[in-house]
Amino acid sequence: MNIHDPLSASARAGASAPILDISGLAVAYRGGAGWTQVVRGVELSLDPGRCLVLLGESGSGKSVTLRAIVGLLREEGAKVEGRVRVGGQDVTSLTSAELLRMRGGRVGFIFQEPMTALDPVFRIGHQIAETIVQHRGVSWREAMAKARELFDLVQIPSAERRLQAYPNELSGGLRQRAMIAMAMSCEPELLLADEPTTALDATVQIQVLLLLREIQKERGTAMVFVTHDLGVAAEIADEVAVMYAGRIVEHGDAGQVLLNPAHPYTRALTNCVVQGSYRDRRLGELTGSPPDVSRLPPGCSFAPRCISRADDCLRTEPARRDMAPGHDVACLHAGSLSASRPD
Amino acid sequence: MHGTFGETADAETAIIPEMKHHSYSRVVLGRFMRQPVAMTAAGILLVIILAAIFANYVAPADPFQTRVARRLAEIGTPDRWLGGDELGRDLLSRLIYGGRISLSMAVLPVAVGLFVGGLLGILAGYAGGRTNMAIMRAMDVFYAFPSILLAVAIAGALGPGLMNAVLALSMVFIPPIARMAESVTTQVRSYEFVIAARLSGASTARIMREHVLSNVAGPILVFASSQVSVSIIAASGLSFLGLGVAPPNPDWGLMLSALRQSIYVNPWVAALPGAMIFICSVCFNLVSDGVRRAMEVRR
Amino acid sequence: MTVDFSRMQAPLPLIEDHGGPQQPLLIASGLRKEFRLSDGLFGGRTVVHAVDDLSLTVGKGETVGIVGESGCGKSTAARLIAGITPADDGEIIFDGESFWTPRARIDGERRRAIQMVFQDSASSLNPRMTLTETLAFGPRAHGVSTEKARAYARDLLGAVGLPPARFAERYPIQLSGGQRQRVNIARALAIRPRLLILDEPVSALDKSVEAQVLNLLVDLRDQLGLSYLFISHDLNVVRYIADRVVVMYLGQIVEEASSADIFAAPRHPYTRALFASKPSPDPRKRVSAPPLTGDPPDPVNPPSGCRFRTRCPIAESVCAASRPPLAAMDVGGTGHRAACWAALPGSGHSLSPRVPASVLGSVQ
Repeated sequence: MNIHDPLSASARAGASAPILDISGLAVAYRGGAGWTQVVRGVELSLDPGRCLVLLGESGSGKSVTLRAIVGLLREEGAKVEGRVRVGGQDVTSLTSAELLRMRGGRVGFIFQEPMTALDPVFRIGHQIAETIVQHRGVSWREAMAKARELFDLVQIPSAERRLQAYPNELSGGLRQRAMIAMAMSCEPELLLADEPTTALDATVQIQVLLLLREIQKERGTAMVFVTHDLGVAAEIADEVAVMYAGRIVEHGDAGQVLLNPAHPYTRALTNCVVQGSYRDRRLGELTGSPPDVSRLPPGCSFAPRCISRADDCLRTEPARRDMAPGHDVACLHAGSLSASRPD
Repeated sequence: MHGTFGETADAETAIIPEMKHHSYSRVVLGRFMRQPVAMTAAGILLVIILAAIFANYVAPADPFQTRVARRLAEIGTPDRWLGGDELGRDLLSRLIYGGRISLSMAVLPVAVGLFVGGLLGILAGYAGGRTNMAIMRAMDVFYAFPSILLAVAIAGALGPGLMNAVLALSMVFIPPIARMAESVTTQVRSYEFVIAARLSGASTARIMREHVLSNVAGPILVFASSQVSVSIIAASGLSFLGLGVAPPNPDWGLMLSALRQSIYVNPWVAALPGAMIFICSVCFNLVSDGVRRAMEVRR
Repeated sequence: MTVDFSRMQAPLPLIEDHGGPQQPLLIASGLRKEFRLSDGLFGGRTVVHAVDDLSLTVGKGETVGIVGESGCGKSTAARLIAGITPADDGEIIFDGESFWTPRARIDGERRRAIQMVFQDSASSLNPRMTLTETLAFGPRAHGVSTEKARAYARDLLGAVGLPPARFAERYPIQLSGGQRQRVNIARALAIRPRLLILDEPVSALDKSVEAQVLNLLVDLRDQLGLSYLFISHDLNVVRYIADRVVVMYLGQIVEEASSADIFAAPRHPYTRALFASKPSPDPRKRVSAPPLTGDPPDPVNPPSGCRFRTRCPIAESVCAASRPPLAAMDVGGTGHRAACWAALPGSGHSLSPRVPASVLGSVQ
């Protein structure tokens, strides 16, 4: 932890300054018929050292939000509005070169499928050392030593041999660990993870999940973790933001959101996730399919599937409002819904 | 509880407006028409093809009528708008008439290749195993020679003439189309909907007809159409070498060959048949590219 | 919008029951499949033992779940049983009659008795066919007139929750994942099978849609008296739907028991680890340490003896020496079986249960 640019150091000095601050983020892609709004006004703030889980189903905009943080959308031809600040630095105003410096520098990124991020023709150790040399300007020898250290950090056995391996020679779990090592190589202040354990087997998923949790807590790295899996969210999150149709519909501490959800969507989600003990009972189900963001209804996007829908839900798009300190929800009727969960 | 599951997939559609359903071919056509480059290329090809078909109405002069005074006439000469050739014949008319032979020499071999190669490839792909091995290894033999050399060799052995040239070129296009058809069919065969059809006890012929053909036809057709742009150059090459039609029949390759000696006298006129070959080849390529892009399945 | 299968005019007759209620619907015995991969230009051939000596039964009206991680052979097992992939060895008895052996396979009418539902994907439905055409295909292949088959297809759509007025002429690309999976299920049911093999039927779906499809599957099972062989990597889903659970590891069955027994008291260390690896939905009850380390080994070179021993927390020398048999875990005959030396009396493993001599004598 010896090399830091002054900006991040000053950002870190003020303990209360959020590491990530997103306001009014809106993202649109060009579709078959004009622009499709996939993220519609995301507000988000994350303190250093905290882990935020963005929870949502397909089409909720969770991954797009994550990619907006590192400015990846610009290259994809998306229209991005709003402001994204990482450690006080406005990402939307950065030049391409500055963005490149930020990625893999102060912000690390972990993909669902590490093979998309690792180059198949270079040895793993080489790729990690390369990143370190590029961002920190140390000698190759130092970088390789650092890579070795990182492999110990992510608990890859026989690290020396694995550094010499090509990505396809590693198993899925080891590849994801190598990916984490690479993301951690420049001691980022913010780690972004896009469904990093979804493609892994159950017994491997939990290992990688716990490893990430451990590293994140030990190093005090802030993390935004995207997943569709409630169980995974419960294992790792300090706070949870539930996304639906491009907006955050509920946000709060993990306990608040997962155990005492206020939004009808979160409630339905926690209720319809199959638990073994539900055997011989009909599953509480959410009708319909996840929304098609290219044709959303007026008013609340969730209204068509909502069991507590009232007439005004079809007219007014609800704003987020506080239910309890640190727990807010975007639902017109959240307070008046019965406090107990429907099961 | 019984029978109530009818509602489940339904609730939201009451509020969200219905999506229109279009058949696949209409969707593809619509997407193709939204590509300006491909549409322009298609337009140019259409003009050339129509002109060739209706040459006797469109052409301003008799393409065989020689006139010594108009030998290698400049472009813009009153009765020789695009100049005259080495015998003073009207170049414009010869280019229009030449489209008949040149385009058929380009399209016919690909059509034969499509039929024979497509059949062999689909058969190999669906049957798999030894049948696949036998057919595809036989195709590989043809790959040992560069395609144009193969065509020249076959045409040379058969002797000059339109039919022999078409036959020679067909042999060139069978292997690549077969290979393409084989790989698409192998892929489609592994799709779950084909496996489900097999499980249902349907006969192979029925599965081929209803499930396989409709899904492999598109990609194979697109690939074949992209081969037309290769074929047009190969066909012109054969004519250029005198392995195609005999003079005085107008053909772009043959015209290029005859006019090449005059390139120092009137380079513009000499370049015109070449330009036609080039334009057609590029346009066929752009159109087939556009169709391919329009066929990419996405939401 | 109430559609009841009993009132639907099915154009194909039900396949008659032969063996009576006591005869298991499906007996798979000694299934074996090896895949040969050629390894580069000069490399020899490598052999993957995808499924190794697998035997299981499915009773009439029963749902059997197969769980395991990727590469454990559960999907290959499904394809072997359905007869899609030819087996190297083994036999399938369906309702007391041979369904296939490596040398002979049934054809014609009885073949439709076993149908499969695949994981939802872009290639699970023919993109060029409307939903009606897709659902009418199977019955037509069995000689039903096009007109009748299409009418039945519309009824089927309604029965799986897709109102035919709006869905009959749609193409698969105009459906959501959950809707597509409903069509996949309807297609399998269209020719009136008795056993559905469901290979990860809800794995690709969003959680909110998963519940809908599971409810549909339970309803259909109850209404039509179907039996399911349900393959999934999701323990919660299997626990919810299966009467009996089979756990696979590297091509072999390591444990088999009723759903209640196996989740209450798993006997194989792999089963225990698999259950303990499941993230808790309650942030107050987090998993503190991963139950296993490392990835599953390469099925090309499985470990000697017990295949799980390289990751097993209680492995001993006996585990490397020979493969443990899939043995009954109780005398009462509840059908709880496990393949672990540590659970087998008198195996030489230090944790193996001590048994009274009388019981041991009766076993021998």
